[in-house]
Amino acid sequence: MHPRTLFDKVWAAHEVRPQQADTPAVLYIDLHLVHEVTSPQAFTMLRERGLQVRRPDRTLATMDHSTPTTPRNSLGIIPVTDGQAAAQLDRLRKNCADFGIPLFELGSANQGIVHVIGPEQGLTQPGMTIVCGDSHTSTHGAFGALAFGIGTSEVGHVLATQCLIQNRPQTCAVRVNGRLQTGVSAKDIILAIIAKIGVGGGTGYVFEYMGEAIRALSMEERMTICNMSIEGGARAGMVAPDDTTFEYIAGRPFAPQGADWEAAVARWHTLPTDEGAVYDRVIELDATTLTPMITYGTNPGMGMPIDGVVPSPDEMSDPSARTTLDKALKYMDLQPGQPLLGHPVDVVFLGSCTNSRISDLRQAARLMQGQKVAPGVRMMVVPGSQQVKAQAEREGLDAIFKEAGAEWREAGCSMCIAMNGDQLAPGQYAVSTSNRNFEGRQGKGGRTFLASPLTAVATAINGKVTDVREMLTEPVGV
Amino acid sequence: MEPVSTFAAQAAALPIENIDTDQIIPASYLKVTDKAGLAEGLFSNWRYNADGTLNADFVLNRPESADARILIAGNNFGCGSSREHAPWALIGYGFKAIISTYFADIFCNNALKNGLLPITVDTETYYQLVSMCEEDPSTTLTVDLENQTVILPEGQQVSFPIDGFAKYCLLNGVDQLGFLQQQEEAIAAFEASHSQPVATISPA
Repeated sequence: MHPRTLFDKVWAAHEVRPQQADTPAVLYIDLHLVHEVTSPQAFTMLRERGLQVRRPDRTLATMDHSTPTTPRNSLGIIPVTDGQAAAQLDRLRKNCADFGIPLFELGSANQGIVHVIGPEQGLTQPGMTIVCGDSHTSTHGAFGALAFGIGTSEVGHVLATQCLIQNRPQTCAVRVNGRLQTGVSAKDIILAIIAKIGVGGGTGYVFEYMGEAIRALSMEERMTICNMSIEGGARAGMVAPDDTTFEYIAGRPFAPQGADWEAAVARWHTLPTDEGAVYDRVIELDATTLTPMITYGTNPGMGMPIDGVVPSPDEMSDPSARTTLDKALKYMDLQPGQPLLGHPVDVVFLGSCTNSRISDLRQAARLMQGQKVAPGVRMMVVPGSQQVKAQAEREGLDAIFKEAGAEWREAGCSMCIAMNGDQLAPGQYAVSTSNRNFEGRQGKGGRTFLASPLTAVATAINGKVTDVREMLTEPVGV
Repeated sequence: MEPVSTFAAQAAALPIENIDTDQIIPASYLKVTDKAGLAEGLFSNWRYNADGTLNADFVLNRPESADARILIAGNNFGCGSSREHAPWALIGYGFKAIISTYFADIFCNNALKNGLLPITVDTETYYQLVSMCEEDPSTTLTVDLENQTVILPEGQQVSFPIDGFAKYCLLNGVDQLGFLQQQEEAIAAFEASHSQPVATISPA
């Protein structure tokens, strides 16, 4: 048989109807994740047309985007004080009840960011197709699934038919050679890739991350990388499943058990790309020379090594690119040639579907232990799910953050999308472990430097942008 | 959905690259359960001053661009979030087409499903259109979907690519769900021949 890539295999296994001269392919969807913000209009469409949800048993809903992360009240309830958000959450509750969809409600033990709970529950498995009305669905590709974000019309398509109309994307191998140095993390790999190719550089492609550096990463680190595939414009990002993948899935609530487990692992072993398979494009990155990365501008491609200086619009030959960088630097109130090291910050945000899992919190807590958040700096720690929060509390991580003066919050998207009241004030600077530094993303007028959890903690301690390597003598394991 | 065919409309230029969906419609406007009122939030970080008044410098706020129904924008328009609120807001405001050198994947899909035309042109044409609109804000372009051409004021014709299936749906005013529903037999056959990896309703 013709050698095939991981992507080719997953795509072929889900073609209900192949692409034809005048019609795109019809692709079957194994798992559909739903949240409160991008689903209400899709359910309205179903009602208007008298349609049912075809496979509620392949659908799971949670509440994450507009939910408060403020502490529970004396009754153990997380109060929703924003009337509009409360109405949106009520609508999801009603939609799930009416159409028979399981829902991990706000306040329940399994609630959390949609891209944290899928893997955590063992629902995300190799070889699956997974979609959600959220661009960071690419996260699930870390397991060797084909996972991508869709719009609300497509949410309606999947609810009604469990299928999507898709044009076949091209494939791009992203090979990360060598091993990372101390203080450099998965977040730095993906920020470096996006800085290299630009925010539109991957448009039309599905990335497959590979190479020694990727193989050495934990599942949660692989999720961090796949999560930000969309920030490079790629439709999805994937990593071939291996023993690291299988060990992560084993024993989780929705993972196959017993004989089914053995059969699943045997099937998953057939997924990695065949020897000799050809990609439409190849990108290479050397992990050994990689440093901690930070963004200086208003898209995730405007990133540089943490000890670099802000580039000058005058160096841009393309007039449109020059205007864009000039506008970004004005918004950020930064000057060409300026270093970011030592730049004061007002807020440090540790959270989001990029970096809010237990390993992120463990790594951050180990660096934070016995230290204090600098005076005048607000540090928010927002676990990705209630399960992550509970685990962190069992390990005493919450105590480390609280003793340092950081806020320990309930689970949700929080200041990554800033639609729940967790936001920057105009003009404030933040180092954020999230995925987007767009104008106003973390609050109107707020200015975001994207970085790793380690850089975030180092910055919180010093109150200014810090190269974490100065604080480390040995690797901070997870 | 109304069929889309040939239309002529005034164009306005927003020559900025990588205009993300958070700029098209900020997240604070996403707490709705319908599509009403989103036009108010369109480009709100740029359209309004901090005190909520209109920013007179922003292109769409200039009186001479009040009737613009075609937007010319820098490359990678619509990058970022998957929110379909972005095309809904553009359509709510009155836009019928966006012209750029390329579009972000999800935005392009979302726009096509709502009758908003994402028109891709080469860099040279893009700069030509930006200059035309900046020199003469009353510049009117004709978009002919059937023949996949944009006709400039002096008659120059620029062709653009579009997915054939999306074009068929737009010209005929049919939505893509209908096509999927026609595949019922194939979907049922697929389900019968493939075991289910997970069931979300009860853990294994």
